[in-house]
Amino acid sequence: MTRALTVLAAGPLTTVQDAGRPGQAALGIVRSGACDRAVYRQANRLVGNPEGLAVLEVTYGGLAVRAEADLLVVTTGARCAGPFPHAAPTALRRGTELRLGPPGTGLRTYVAVRGGIDVPPVLGSRATDVLSGLGPAVVADGDVLPVGPPVDPMPGVDLAPVPEIPGGEVTVAVLPGPRSDWFGDAGWAALTGRAWTVTNESNRVGLRLDGVPLERVQNGELPSEGMVRGALQVPPSGTPVLFLADHPVTGGYPVIGYVADEPVRSDVDRCGQLRPGQTLRFRAAQ
Amino acid sequence: MRVLPSGSTALLVELDDLDAVLALYAALAEEPPDGVVDIVPAARTVLLVTDPARTSLSAVGDAVRRTTPRPGTRTGGDVVELPVHYDGEDLDELAGLLDLAPEELVRRHTAGEWTVAFGGFAPGFGYLTQPGGQWDVPRRSTPRTKVPPGSVALAGEFSGVYPRESPGGWQLIGRTDVAVFDLDRNPPALLRPGVRVRFVETAPG
Repeated sequence: MTRALTVLAAGPLTTVQDAGRPGQAALGIVRSGACDRAVYRQANRLVGNPEGLAVLEVTYGGLAVRAEADLLVVTTGARCAGPFPHAAPTALRRGTELRLGPPGTGLRTYVAVRGGIDVPPVLGSRATDVLSGLGPAVVADGDVLPVGPPVDPMPGVDLAPVPEIPGGEVTVAVLPGPRSDWFGDAGWAALTGRAWTVTNESNRVGLRLDGVPLERVQNGELPSEGMVRGALQVPPSGTPVLFLADHPVTGGYPVIGYVADEPVRSDVDRCGQLRPGQTLRFRAAQ
Repeated sequence: MRVLPSGSTALLVELDDLDAVLALYAALAEEPPDGVVDIVPAARTVLLVTDPARTSLSAVGDAVRRTTPRPGTRTGGDVVELPVHYDGEDLDELAGLLDLAPEELVRRHTAGEWTVAFGGFAPGFGYLTQPGGQWDVPRRSTPRTKVPPGSVALAGEFSGVYPRESPGGWQLIGRTDVAVFDLDRNPPALLRPGVRVRFVETAPG
Protein backbone atom coordinates (compact mmCIF):
# COMPACT_ATOMS: atom_id res chain seq x y z
CA MET A 1 0.00 0.00 0.00
CA THR A 2 1.63 3.26 -1.15
CA ARG A 3 1.64 6.09 1.30
CA ALA A 4 0.31 8.96 -0.82
CA LEU A 5 -2.40 11.56 -1.28
CA THR A 6 -4.19 11.86 -4.62
CA VAL A 7 -5.28 15.40 -5.38
CA LEU A 8 -8.91 15.43 -6.53
CA ALA A 9 -9.13 19.25 -6.57
CA ALA A 10 -6.21 21.59 -5.93
CA GLY A 11 -8.32 24.66 -5.10
CA PRO A 12 -7.30 28.24 -6.04
CA LEU A 13 -3.64 27.76 -5.03
CA THR A 14 -2.09 24.88 -3.14
CA THR A 15 1.69 24.51 -2.89
CA VAL A 16 4.10 22.23 -1.08
CA GLN A 17 6.03 24.18 1.57
CA ASP A 18 8.60 23.55 4.25
CA ALA A 19 11.05 25.72 6.20
CA GLY A 20 12.58 26.94 2.93
CA ARG A 21 16.14 27.11 1.63
CA PRO A 22 18.12 29.56 3.82
CA GLY A 23 21.80 30.22 3.16
CA GLN A 24 21.64 30.70 -0.61
CA ALA A 25 20.54 34.33 -0.87
CA ALA A 26 23.94 35.43 -2.20
CA LEU A 27 23.12 33.33 -5.29
CA GLY A 28 19.78 35.08 -5.73
CA ILE A 29 17.84 32.27 -4.08
CA VAL A 30 15.38 33.49 -1.46
CA ARG A 31 14.47 31.37 1.56
CA SER A 32 10.79 30.93 0.55
CA GLY A 33 8.95 28.29 2.61
CA ALA A 34 5.67 28.51 4.53
CA CYS A 35 4.14 32.00 4.61
CA ASP A 36 2.86 31.53 8.18
CA ARG A 37 5.80 29.79 9.78
CA ALA A 38 4.30 29.45 13.28
CA VAL A 39 1.22 27.66 11.99
CA TYR A 40 3.36 25.50 9.68
CA ARG A 41 5.53 24.37 12.61
CA GLN A 42 2.43 23.68 14.69
CA ALA A 43 1.03 21.44 11.92
CA ASN A 44 4.15 19.26 11.91
CA ARG A 45 4.25 19.08 15.70
CA LEU A 46 0.65 17.90 15.92
CA VAL A 47 1.30 14.83 13.75
CA GLY A 48 4.68 14.03 15.31
CA ASN A 49 6.80 15.14 12.37
CA PRO A 50 10.36 16.36 12.90
CA GLU A 51 10.86 20.06 12.20
CA GLY A 52 11.29 20.94 8.56
CA LEU A 53 9.09 18.30 6.89
CA ALA A 54 6.95 19.44 3.96
CA VAL A 55 3.22 20.17 4.23
CA LEU A 56 0.56 21.57 1.92
CA GLU A 57 -0.11 25.31 2.05
CA VAL A 58 -3.71 25.77 0.93
CA THR A 59 -4.79 29.27 -0.12
CA TYR A 60 -8.48 30.00 0.50
CA GLY A 61 -9.50 26.36 0.88
CA GLY A 62 -10.79 24.31 -2.02
CA LEU A 63 -8.43 21.37 -1.62
CA ALA A 64 -9.78 17.82 -1.92
CA VAL A 65 -7.44 14.83 -1.49
CA ARG A 66 -7.92 11.07 -1.21
CA ALA A 67 -5.73 8.96 1.08
CA GLU A 68 -4.12 6.00 -0.71
CA ALA A 69 -3.14 4.46 2.65
CA ASP A 70 -4.16 4.95 6.27
CA LEU A 71 -2.66 8.35 7.09
CA LEU A 72 -2.69 10.74 10.04
CA VAL A 73 -3.56 14.28 8.96
CA VAL A 74 -4.05 17.67 10.62
CA THR A 75 -5.12 21.12 9.41
CA THR A 76 -3.89 24.32 11.08
CA GLY A 77 -4.13 28.02 10.27
CA ALA A 78 -7.24 29.30 8.54
CA ARG A 79 -10.16 27.08 9.61
CA CYS A 80 -11.93 25.79 6.50
CA ALA A 81 -15.61 24.98 6.23
CA GLY A 82 -16.41 21.26 6.29
CA PRO A 83 -16.62 18.34 8.69
CA PHE A 84 -12.87 17.75 9.06
CA PRO A 85 -11.71 18.59 12.60
CA HIS A 86 -9.34 21.58 12.84
CA ALA A 87 -6.07 21.56 14.80
CA ALA A 88 -6.88 17.98 15.80
CA PRO A 89 -4.80 15.11 14.34
CA THR A 90 -7.25 12.83 12.54
CA ALA A 91 -6.92 9.43 10.88
CA LEU A 92 -7.70 9.55 7.17
CA ARG A 93 -8.40 5.95 6.25
CA ARG A 94 -7.35 4.52 2.94
CA GLY A 95 -9.80 5.54 0.22
CA THR A 96 -11.42 8.34 2.24
CA GLU A 97 -11.33 11.99 1.28
CA LEU A 98 -10.43 15.27 2.95
CA ARG A 99 -12.34 18.21 1.47
CA LEU A 100 -11.71 21.78 2.61
CA GLY A 101 -14.33 24.48 2.05
CA PRO A 102 -13.47 28.18 2.07
CA PRO A 103 -12.14 29.49 5.41
CA GLY A 104 -14.35 31.74 7.53
CA THR A 105 -11.44 34.01 8.37
CA GLY A 106 -7.78 33.93 7.42
CA LEU A 107 -6.28 32.84 4.11
CA ARG A 108 -3.77 30.02 4.47
CA THR A 109 -4.44 26.53 5.84
CA TYR A 110 -1.62 24.06 6.42
CA VAL A 111 -2.26 20.35 5.90
CA ALA A 112 0.39 18.18 7.52
CA VAL A 113 0.53 14.42 7.03
CA ARG A 114 2.46 12.19 9.43
CA GLY A 115 5.67 11.39 7.52
CA GLY A 116 5.61 14.61 5.50
CA ILE A 117 4.90 15.30 1.82
CA ASP A 118 7.83 13.50 0.20
CA VAL A 119 8.24 15.11 -3.23
CA PRO A 120 11.88 15.45 -4.39
CA PRO A 121 13.68 18.42 -2.81
CA VAL A 122 15.16 21.16 -5.00
CA LEU A 123 18.33 22.79 -3.65
CA GLY A 124 17.69 21.31 -0.24
CA SER A 125 14.03 22.24 0.15
CA ARG A 126 10.55 21.19 -0.96
CA ALA A 127 9.26 24.78 -0.92
CA THR A 128 7.63 26.18 -4.05
CA ASP A 129 8.92 29.70 -4.74
CA VAL A 130 6.28 31.29 -6.95
CA LEU A 131 8.50 34.24 -7.90
CA SER A 132 11.54 32.36 -9.18
CA GLY A 133 9.76 29.11 -10.11
CA LEU A 134 12.12 27.04 -7.94
CA GLY A 135 10.89 23.95 -6.14
CA PRO A 136 8.03 21.55 -6.83
CA ALA A 137 5.35 22.63 -9.31
CA VAL A 138 2.17 24.17 -7.91
CA VAL A 139 -0.16 21.34 -6.84
CA ALA A 140 -2.58 20.39 -9.64
CA ASP A 141 -5.67 18.21 -9.97
CA GLY A 142 -4.66 14.57 -10.36
CA ASP A 143 -1.26 14.88 -8.69
CA VAL A 144 -0.22 11.95 -6.52
CA LEU A 145 1.79 13.29 -3.60
CA PRO A 146 4.02 10.71 -1.90
CA VAL A 147 4.06 10.66 1.91
CA GLY A 148 7.20 9.71 3.84
CA PRO A 149 7.48 7.17 6.67
CA PRO A 150 6.69 8.27 10.25
CA VAL A 151 9.80 9.05 12.31
CA ASP A 152 9.13 10.78 15.63
CA PRO A 153 6.78 9.41 18.33
CA MET A 154 3.27 10.85 18.39
CA PRO A 155 2.92 13.77 20.79
CA GLY A 156 -0.37 12.47 22.17
CA VAL A 157 -2.35 15.65 21.56
CA ASP A 158 -5.97 15.22 20.47
CA LEU A 159 -6.77 18.88 19.94
CA ALA A 160 -4.70 22.06 20.05
CA PRO A 161 -6.71 25.00 21.40
CA VAL A 162 -5.97 27.76 18.89
CA PRO A 163 -7.50 31.21 18.53
CA GLU A 164 -9.41 32.02 15.36
CA ILE A 165 -7.51 34.12 12.83
CA PRO A 166 -9.07 37.60 12.99
CA GLY A 167 -10.99 39.12 10.11
CA GLY A 168 -11.54 42.87 9.77
CA GLU A 169 -8.90 45.34 10.91
CA VAL A 170 -5.54 43.99 12.05
CA THR A 171 -2.75 45.96 13.76
CA VAL A 172 0.88 44.83 13.62
CA ALA A 173 4.11 46.19 15.10
CA VAL A 174 6.54 47.93 12.75
CA LEU A 175 10.17 48.98 13.24
CA PRO A 176 11.86 51.78 11.30
CA GLY A 177 13.58 50.41 8.19
CA PRO A 178 17.04 51.26 6.89
CA ARG A 179 15.62 53.95 4.56
CA SER A 180 12.97 55.46 6.83
CA ASP A 181 14.91 58.75 6.58
CA TRP A 182 13.89 58.93 2.90
CA PHE A 183 10.36 59.68 4.16
CA GLY A 184 11.15 61.83 7.20
CA ASP A 185 9.16 62.05 10.42
CA ALA A 186 6.04 62.95 8.46
CA GLY A 187 6.36 59.79 6.38
CA TRP A 188 6.71 57.62 9.47
CA ALA A 189 3.71 59.34 11.06
CA ALA A 190 1.74 58.74 7.87
CA LEU A 191 2.73 55.07 7.72
CA THR A 192 1.67 54.46 11.32
CA GLY A 193 -1.30 56.83 11.35
CA ARG A 194 -3.17 55.67 8.26
CA ALA A 195 -5.22 52.61 7.45
CA TRP A 196 -3.99 50.43 4.60
CA THR A 197 -6.09 48.06 2.57
CA VAL A 198 -4.78 44.71 1.32
CA THR A 199 -5.39 44.59 -2.45
CA ASN A 200 -6.20 41.54 -4.55
CA GLU A 201 -2.82 41.81 -6.28
CA SER A 202 -1.31 40.26 -3.14
CA ASN A 203 0.33 36.83 -3.20
CA ARG A 204 3.18 34.87 -1.60
CA VAL A 205 5.63 37.49 -2.87
CA GLY A 206 3.98 40.24 -0.89
CA LEU A 207 0.92 42.17 0.20
CA ARG A 208 0.25 45.13 -2.07
CA LEU A 209 -1.34 47.81 0.05
CA ASP A 210 -3.65 50.61 -0.99
CA GLY A 211 -4.06 53.90 0.82
CA VAL A 212 -3.00 57.56 0.73
CA PRO A 213 0.48 57.44 -0.87
CA LEU A 214 3.57 58.15 1.24
CA GLU A 215 5.74 61.04 0.09
CA ARG A 216 9.49 60.94 -0.11
CA VAL A 217 11.57 63.75 1.33
CA GLN A 218 14.71 62.37 -0.29
CA ASN A 219 14.79 61.66 -3.99
CA GLY A 220 17.20 59.83 -6.22
CA GLU A 221 17.84 56.21 -7.02
CA LEU A 222 18.71 53.62 -4.40
CA PRO A 223 21.23 51.00 -5.51
CA SER A 224 19.63 47.56 -5.07
CA GLU A 225 20.14 46.12 -1.59
CA GLY A 226 19.29 42.90 0.21
CA MET A 227 16.04 42.57 2.09
CA VAL A 228 14.17 40.06 4.22
CA ARG A 229 10.51 39.23 4.69
CA GLY A 230 8.56 41.85 6.58
CA ALA A 231 10.10 44.69 4.56
CA LEU A 232 7.76 47.55 3.69
CA GLN A 233 9.18 48.63 0.36
CA VAL A 234 7.83 51.85 -1.11
CA PRO A 235 7.87 52.06 -4.92
CA PRO A 236 7.37 55.40 -6.72
CA SER A 237 3.57 55.01 -6.41
CA GLY A 238 3.95 55.69 -2.65
CA THR A 239 1.84 52.72 -1.53
CA PRO A 240 3.92 50.11 0.31
CA VAL A 241 4.46 46.47 -0.58
CA LEU A 242 4.90 44.17 2.42
CA PHE A 243 7.26 41.36 1.45
CA LEU A 244 6.28 37.81 2.38
CA ALA A 245 7.99 34.43 1.83
CA ASP A 246 8.81 34.64 -1.89
CA HIS A 247 10.09 38.24 -1.99
CA PRO A 248 13.00 39.11 -4.29
CA VAL A 249 16.42 38.75 -2.63
CA THR A 250 17.34 42.34 -3.47
CA GLY A 251 15.25 45.39 -4.20
CA GLY A 252 15.88 48.88 -5.46
CA TYR A 253 13.15 50.85 -3.68
CA PRO A 254 13.57 52.29 -0.19
CA VAL A 255 12.31 50.28 2.80
CA ILE A 256 10.53 52.60 5.23
CA GLY A 257 9.92 49.94 7.87
CA TYR A 258 9.87 46.29 8.82
CA VAL A 259 6.97 44.39 10.32
CA ALA A 260 8.18 42.64 13.49
CA ASP A 261 9.20 39.02 12.88
CA GLU A 262 9.98 37.74 16.36
CA PRO A 263 10.53 33.97 16.45
CA VAL A 264 7.73 33.21 18.90
CA ARG A 265 5.03 35.69 17.92
CA SER A 266 5.64 36.92 14.40
CA ASP A 267 3.53 39.71 13.00
CA VAL A 268 4.79 38.78 9.51
CA ASP A 269 3.16 35.38 10.02
CA ARG A 270 -0.10 37.15 10.90
CA CYS A 271 0.18 39.28 7.76
CA GLY A 272 0.48 36.06 5.74
CA GLN A 273 -3.13 35.35 6.77
CA LEU A 274 -4.59 38.65 5.53
CA ARG A 275 -7.14 38.62 2.74
CA PRO A 276 -7.72 41.19 0.04
CA GLY A 277 -10.03 43.88 1.43
CA GLN A 278 -8.81 43.59 5.02
CA THR A 279 -7.51 46.72 6.73
CA LEU A 280 -3.98 46.77 8.10
CA ARG A 281 -2.61 49.28 10.61
CA PHE A 282 0.99 49.71 11.69
CA ARG A 283 1.85 50.47 15.30
CA ALA A 284 5.39 51.65 16.08
CA ALA A 285 7.17 48.85 17.96
CA GLN A 286 8.40 49.62 21.49
CA MET B 1 30.67 51.82 7.69
CA ARG B 2 27.10 52.28 8.93
CA VAL B 3 25.21 49.38 10.48
CA LEU B 4 21.45 49.76 10.14
CA PRO B 5 18.78 47.40 11.49
CA SER B 6 16.69 45.77 8.79
CA GLY B 7 13.77 44.58 10.86
CA SER B 8 14.04 42.30 13.87
CA THR B 9 16.18 39.64 12.17
CA ALA B 10 18.69 41.37 9.87
CA LEU B 11 21.36 44.07 9.71
CA LEU B 12 22.21 46.18 6.67
CA VAL B 13 25.84 47.32 6.53
CA GLU B 14 26.31 50.38 4.36
CA LEU B 15 29.72 50.92 2.74
CA ASP B 16 31.41 53.52 0.54
CA ASP B 17 31.72 51.58 -2.70
CA LEU B 18 31.56 48.18 -4.33
CA ASP B 19 35.19 47.36 -3.50
CA ALA B 20 34.49 47.91 0.19
CA VAL B 21 31.39 45.70 -0.10
CA LEU B 22 33.35 42.89 -1.70
CA ALA B 23 36.19 43.16 0.80
CA LEU B 24 33.82 42.94 3.78
CA TYR B 25 31.79 40.18 2.13
CA ALA B 26 34.93 38.12 1.48
CA ALA B 27 35.87 38.28 5.16
CA LEU B 28 32.31 37.56 6.40
CA ALA B 29 31.77 34.68 3.98
CA GLU B 30 35.02 33.09 5.16
CA GLU B 31 34.03 33.36 8.81
CA PRO B 32 30.34 34.13 9.25
CA PRO B 33 29.38 35.49 12.69
CA ASP B 34 27.53 32.93 14.86
CA GLY B 35 23.82 32.71 14.09
CA VAL B 36 24.03 34.37 10.66
CA VAL B 37 22.14 32.33 8.04
CA ASP B 38 22.47 34.50 4.93
CA ILE B 39 24.91 37.17 3.76
CA VAL B 40 23.79 39.23 0.75
CA PRO B 41 26.31 41.58 -0.85
CA ALA B 42 24.89 44.27 -3.15
CA ALA B 43 26.11 47.45 -4.83
CA ARG B 44 26.76 49.49 -1.65
CA THR B 45 25.56 47.23 1.16
CA VAL B 46 25.96 43.84 2.81
CA LEU B 47 22.85 42.35 4.42
CA LEU B 48 23.27 39.84 7.25
CA VAL B 49 20.21 37.72 7.99
CA THR B 50 20.23 36.09 11.43
CA ASP B 51 18.47 33.22 13.14
CA PRO B 52 17.02 35.11 16.12
CA ALA B 53 16.92 31.92 18.17
CA ARG B 54 20.72 31.69 17.96
CA THR B 55 22.00 35.26 18.21
CA SER B 56 21.08 38.91 18.68
CA LEU B 57 21.43 41.82 16.27
CA SER B 58 23.77 43.61 18.68
CA ALA B 59 26.10 40.59 18.84
CA VAL B 60 26.18 40.36 15.06
CA GLY B 61 26.72 44.12 14.76
CA ASP B 62 29.72 43.86 17.12
CA ALA B 63 31.11 40.95 15.11
CA VAL B 64 30.82 42.93 11.86
CA ARG B 65 32.63 45.92 13.38
CA ARG B 66 35.44 43.62 14.53
CA THR B 67 35.79 42.05 11.06
CA THR B 68 38.85 42.98 9.05
CA PRO B 69 37.88 43.41 5.37
CA ARG B 70 39.86 41.49 2.79
CA PRO B 71 40.42 43.83 -0.15
CA GLY B 72 41.49 42.75 -3.61
CA THR B 73 39.19 39.76 -3.82
CA ARG B 74 37.88 40.54 -7.29
CA THR B 75 40.42 38.59 -9.28
CA GLY B 76 40.70 35.20 -7.63
CA GLY B 77 37.97 33.12 -9.24
CA ASP B 78 37.60 30.79 -12.21
CA VAL B 79 37.32 32.19 -15.74
CA VAL B 80 34.16 31.44 -17.72
CA GLU B 81 33.88 32.18 -21.46
CA LEU B 82 30.41 33.14 -22.61
CA PRO B 83 29.76 33.15 -26.37
CA VAL B 84 27.32 35.96 -27.20
CA HIS B 85 25.25 36.78 -30.27
CA TYR B 86 25.30 40.59 -30.20
CA ASP B 87 21.86 41.10 -31.72
CA GLY B 88 20.01 42.53 -28.72
CA GLU B 89 16.93 44.67 -29.25
CA ASP B 90 18.45 47.65 -27.44
CA LEU B 91 21.94 47.46 -28.96
CA ASP B 92 21.59 50.21 -31.57
CA GLU B 93 19.58 52.59 -29.40
CA LEU B 94 21.89 52.12 -26.41
CA ALA B 95 24.98 52.64 -28.57
CA GLY B 96 23.40 55.92 -29.71
CA LEU B 97 22.72 56.94 -26.09
CA LEU B 98 26.36 56.25 -25.20
CA ASP B 99 27.58 58.05 -28.33
CA LEU B 100 29.22 54.91 -29.68
CA ALA B 101 28.92 52.85 -32.85
CA PRO B 102 27.26 49.49 -32.06
CA GLU B 103 30.48 47.72 -33.08
CA GLU B 104 32.42 49.83 -30.59
CA LEU B 105 29.97 48.99 -27.79
CA VAL B 106 30.45 45.28 -28.58
CA ARG B 107 34.22 45.75 -28.68
CA ARG B 108 34.17 47.31 -25.21
CA HIS B 109 31.87 44.61 -23.83
CA THR B 110 34.15 41.83 -25.12
CA ALA B 111 37.38 43.63 -24.19
CA GLY B 112 38.80 42.61 -20.86
CA GLU B 113 37.38 40.55 -18.06
CA TRP B 114 34.24 41.05 -16.08
CA THR B 115 33.89 39.76 -12.53
CA VAL B 116 30.75 38.64 -10.75
CA ALA B 117 30.57 41.12 -7.90
CA PHE B 118 27.46 39.68 -6.30
CA GLY B 119 24.27 37.78 -7.05
CA GLY B 120 20.64 38.67 -6.53
CA PHE B 121 17.44 39.62 -8.35
CA ALA B 122 16.78 36.01 -9.40
CA PRO B 123 18.41 32.58 -8.90
CA GLY B 124 21.67 32.56 -10.84
CA PHE B 125 21.65 36.24 -11.81
CA GLY B 126 25.14 37.70 -11.30
CA TYR B 127 26.01 41.41 -11.26
CA LEU B 128 29.18 41.64 -13.36
CA THR B 129 31.57 44.56 -13.18
CA GLN B 130 34.61 45.47 -15.21
CA PRO B 131 37.29 46.69 -12.81
CA GLY B 132 38.12 50.17 -14.01
CA GLY B 133 35.23 49.96 -16.46
CA GLN B 134 33.56 53.20 -17.37
CA TRP B 135 30.04 51.88 -17.88
CA ASP B 136 27.16 54.11 -16.85
CA VAL B 137 24.12 52.75 -18.62
CA PRO B 138 20.60 54.09 -18.00
CA ARG B 139 17.85 51.55 -17.38
CA ARG B 140 14.99 51.43 -19.84
CA SER B 141 12.34 53.96 -18.87
CA THR B 142 9.69 51.24 -19.17
CA PRO B 143 10.80 47.78 -18.05
CA ARG B 144 9.96 44.83 -20.27
CA THR B 145 7.47 42.42 -18.77
CA LYS B 146 9.27 39.49 -20.44
CA VAL B 147 12.99 39.32 -21.06
CA PRO B 148 14.00 36.11 -22.90
CA PRO B 149 16.32 33.68 -21.07
CA GLY B 150 19.99 34.06 -21.95
CA SER B 151 19.65 37.78 -22.66
CA VAL B 152 22.91 39.65 -22.09
CA ALA B 153 22.20 43.09 -20.70
CA LEU B 154 23.69 46.28 -19.29
CA ALA B 155 22.54 48.70 -16.56
CA GLY B 156 24.49 51.16 -14.45
CA GLU B 157 28.04 49.87 -14.00
CA PHE B 158 26.84 46.26 -14.39
CA SER B 159 26.37 43.62 -17.04
CA GLY B 160 24.26 40.51 -16.49
CA VAL B 161 22.72 37.43 -18.09
CA TYR B 162 19.03 36.67 -17.46
CA PRO B 163 18.86 33.04 -16.24
CA ARG B 164 15.19 32.56 -17.13
CA GLU B 165 12.37 34.52 -18.65
CA SER B 166 11.51 37.34 -16.27
CA PRO B 167 10.55 41.00 -16.20
CA GLY B 168 13.50 43.37 -16.47
CA GLY B 169 14.54 46.94 -17.16
CA TRP B 170 18.10 46.42 -18.33
CA GLN B 171 19.27 47.22 -21.88
CA LEU B 172 19.48 44.05 -23.98
CA ILE B 173 22.58 43.89 -26.17
CA GLY B 174 22.75 40.20 -27.03
CA ARG B 175 22.08 36.64 -25.96
CA THR B 176 24.02 33.54 -25.01
CA ASP B 177 23.09 29.88 -25.41
CA VAL B 178 24.90 28.96 -22.18
CA ALA B 179 22.53 28.11 -19.31
CA VAL B 180 23.76 30.29 -16.45
CA PHE B 181 21.44 28.53 -13.98
CA ASP B 182 20.96 24.78 -14.27
CA LEU B 183 19.54 22.66 -11.45
CA ASP B 184 21.30 19.59 -12.89
CA ARG B 185 24.68 21.23 -12.31
CA ASN B 186 26.40 21.50 -8.92
CA PRO B 187 26.43 24.33 -8.03
CA PRO B 188 23.53 25.36 -10.27
CA ALA B 189 24.68 28.99 -10.63
CA LEU B 190 27.51 29.49 -13.13
CA LEU B 191 27.98 33.19 -12.30
CA ARG B 192 28.81 33.05 -8.60
CA PRO B 193 30.47 35.96 -6.78
CA GLY B 194 34.19 36.05 -7.66
CA VAL B 195 33.84 34.20 -10.99
CA ARG B 196 35.56 36.01 -13.88
CA VAL B 197 33.76 36.22 -17.22
CA ARG B 198 34.96 36.87 -20.73
CA PHE B 199 32.28 37.60 -23.35
CA VAL B 200 33.16 36.32 -26.83
CA GLU B 201 31.34 37.49 -29.94
CA THR B 202 29.89 34.66 -31.94
CA ALA B 203 28.04 34.63 -35.24
CA PRO B 204 24.27 35.15 -35.09
CA GLY B 205 22.46 31.84 -35.11
